[in-house]
Amino acid sequence: MTTSERSRSVLRFASPQYFYPLAGKLAPWFAALAVVLTLAGLWLGFFVAPTDATQGEVYRVIFIHVPAAWMSMFIYLVMAFWSAVGLVMNTRLSFVMSQALAPTGAIFCFLALWTGALWGKPTWGAYWVWDARLTSQLLLLFLYFGFIALTRAIEDPRRADRAGAIIALVGAVNVPIIYFSVNWWNTLHQGASVSLTKAPSMAATMLAGMLVMAIAAWMYTIAVVLWRVRPMILERERHTEWVGTVLEKELQAVAANKGGRA
Amino acid sequence: MKARSKRLMLVGGGVALLVAAVALVLSAFQQNLVFFHTPSEVAEGKAPLGKTFRIGGMVEDGSIAREADGLTVRFAITDTAKVIPVTYRGTLPDLFKEGKGAVVQGRLEDDGIFRATEVLAKHDENYMPPEAAHAVEQAQKAAQTVSQ
Repeated sequence: MTTSERSRSVLRFASPQYFYPLAGKLAPWFAALAVVLTLAGLWLGFFVAPTDATQGEVYRVIFIHVPAAWMSMFIYLVMAFWSAVGLVMNTRLSFVMSQALAPTGAIFCFLALWTGALWGKPTWGAYWVWDARLTSQLLLLFLYFGFIALTRAIEDPRRADRAGAIIALVGAVNVPIIYFSVNWWNTLHQGASVSLTKAPSMAATMLAGMLVMAIAAWMYTIAVVLWRVRPMILERERHTEWVGTVLEKELQAVAANKGGRA
Repeated sequence: MKARSKRLMLVGGGVALLVAAVALVLSAFQQNLVFFHTPSEVAEGKAPLGKTFRIGGMVEDGSIAREADGLTVRFAITDTAKVIPVTYRGTLPDLFKEGKGAVVQGRLEDDGIFRATEVLAKHDENYMPPEAAHAVEQAQKAAQTVSQ
């Protein structure tokens, strides 16, 4: 592929120079979608979905717990994907993407554990048990912490990228373990209500609320990661010409704004 | 071979080896990864008798009986094949009911009674409104009468 061909194809967005403005343009749209879908999902979950026959109202934790847990596993897989792409293709943006995803994944992981504890006490009778599902999910949180700590601790970006990529790839093995733990071993945690292989075992409105919340979590993640990746790109590319141009433009915009107000 | 395909093989091979290693470790530690044993496993002597362990199953229908002190509860836990009598002193979780799942932690005494120190309720992955649950119950009852 020649340079001119590449600049016209979608692949040009793999270049930080083109991805930076694109990310800035897309992020607000995803954020707006996230807000709308979260409101719709919470409304479905808390006002439309019926009470559960066994658990009463407490089951409504599901509308936050399950989307958060799904997202925490999925984000780790995406991080592993970008890490593999970065290691194989030597692309600069891939590692930045996986590092921008990590904090959001860690937040969702924590949210899943915390809402799970609040749900476990009134239903199981315990905030925490060391069954395979809960333990492997806790391990995921530590993997996120490890990834974030390692990539921040190493000063040389190239070495930090590689070290992080290895944690992401090694840790990805834990994700199918979390997902299938409830099938492979006796656990206190119940099995999946929604999966690709069987009909969902939930009332339709309950399922709708949960899926809308899951899509909202996706939109939130995309928006936040696009915003997070922008300053990371600028920092990495600070010696290049295009960053100089971008910064100059933004400085001018800030100055014009100040002038307008005064 | 191009450097890129070489790196792809390295990364792919590394991940494949790792998956194999983890699978071996997990299958080796199978016994330690289970949260509870079933009553059948206990009957076969597979549970760590003489130590604290957990049994999981259904609370047998009609088995819950309270002692005069109001705190001690007797019930039986079953996997429909074997039944183990349990005594427990303390508060029970709200979802603890006959015919529903439970996990009890404690010790199996020589008299064959399991003395539980902790009782957890286990619920399933089905969520439905009370009316639907009632309909399901009626349908099951009807099916039972037909089969009888």
